[in-house]
Amino acid sequence: MDIDLILRVYPFFIEAAWVTVQLSVLTCLLGLACGTLGAMARLSRLAPIRWIAAGYVSVFRGTPALIQIFILYFGGPQIGINLDSFTAGTIALGVNIGAYMTETIRGAIISVDRGQSEASRTLGMSRAQTMRKVILPQAARMMIRPLGVNINALIKGTALVAPISVIELTYTAQRFIGSTYKPFEMFLLAGILYMIIIYVVGSGIKWLDRRAEIS
Amino acid sequence: MGLDFTVVPEYFNVLLLGMAWTVAITIGAGLLSFFGGIVFAVIALYGHWIIRLPFRLFAWLFMGTPLLLQLFLIYFGLIEIGIDLPAFVAGVIGLGLHFAVYNSELIQASILAVDKGQYEGARTLGLSRGQTLRRIVIPQAVRAVIPPMGNNMIALLKDSALVSVIGVAELTLAAQQAISRTYRPFEFYIAAAACYYVVNLCLEAGLRRLERRIAASR
Repeated sequence: MDIDLILRVYPFFIEAAWVTVQLSVLTCLLGLACGTLGAMARLSRLAPIRWIAAGYVSVFRGTPALIQIFILYFGGPQIGINLDSFTAGTIALGVNIGAYMTETIRGAIISVDRGQSEASRTLGMSRAQTMRKVILPQAARMMIRPLGVNINALIKGTALVAPISVIELTYTAQRFIGSTYKPFEMFLLAGILYMIIIYVVGSGIKWLDRRAEIS
Repeated sequence: MGLDFTVVPEYFNVLLLGMAWTVAITIGAGLLSFFGGIVFAVIALYGHWIIRLPFRLFAWLFMGTPLLLQLFLIYFGLIEIGIDLPAFVAGVIGLGLHFAVYNSELIQASILAVDKGQYEGARTLGLSRGQTLRRIVIPQAVRAVIPPMGNNMIALLKDSALVSVIGVAELTLAAQQAISRTYRPFEFYIAAAACYYVVNLCLEAGLRRLERRIAASR
């Protein structure tokens, strides 16, 4: 183990870890937005909207995220979409994880007891009101833990933007493996930083989950 | 530059060959992850602590880091210690080990859930500890986790695209080869995505049949 080398290169990894954090946060927000919309659409009364949402989930979960990133980043310019690699990577990853979150959120919503929605409809609330004031608050509690699984996968998934040269952790590790021929040290450096990020986020989700249970 | 999908059929054979390699990698890594998962589960539950501790560390590292990073470690790490494997083999090993760790977690929980009476009964009948595990406990444990392991297989199929980065000539790299000649990334990545989607549908259908057969044989 080359400790000297590790001490020399670790600042680059810290900087890269920050990019990974930014990617994770933005991807997560976009994923939650897509997932919420997707779940609403999957539960819509209008069949064509349900079909579109089902198609979104099926296609984005049925093809590799790496290909989706490549389509947007390399293929985008052909249809007039010119994005830098960070933006393209974030959007592609966010829409991808949104498909997984759609199913998570939908699952939580349909697990809320039917009587809840029947009762609030009987009390004269509209469908939208029922969803917003009765169903969603209860479903939100149940989806914290499964969304945590999605978010864990998403953080590791941000490595997929390395091939389009976003200078995040995996790209940095790859570059330093190429220039130093020390794959194990570079793996360890990047790996530890990934695990710190995942640990912190995981603890936050556990805390949220506990709080939701008490109230 | 507009879109022109008419260039795709010309490279049909290139994509088909890439697709065949993707299927081969998925099967190879799938088998490795299946049997590796069983071995890892047994080590984690019954291994001597000298083996168990380093294994826990390995499993922990592999569950907490991205697959792509692990592929770089395995590919370049093996070269570094003097083992120069073809990229295909390195890719299969990397994917296989990654998913073996995930399968092992499932199998461990399932082994622990097998009724204790099964174990005691087999021991009473004179089977050794190893025989009991191999013939009585593990077959029941594995059968119970076929559906979630099937989900891991589907994830494996999609993640096989990552081995293109270390130079394995599978579907993603085949698309890239066609793109380097035609400069039409959009068309060819869409074509590659369609190929993955089709293979994915076939795999899902196959897994559903397998699950039904297992449910029926209970």
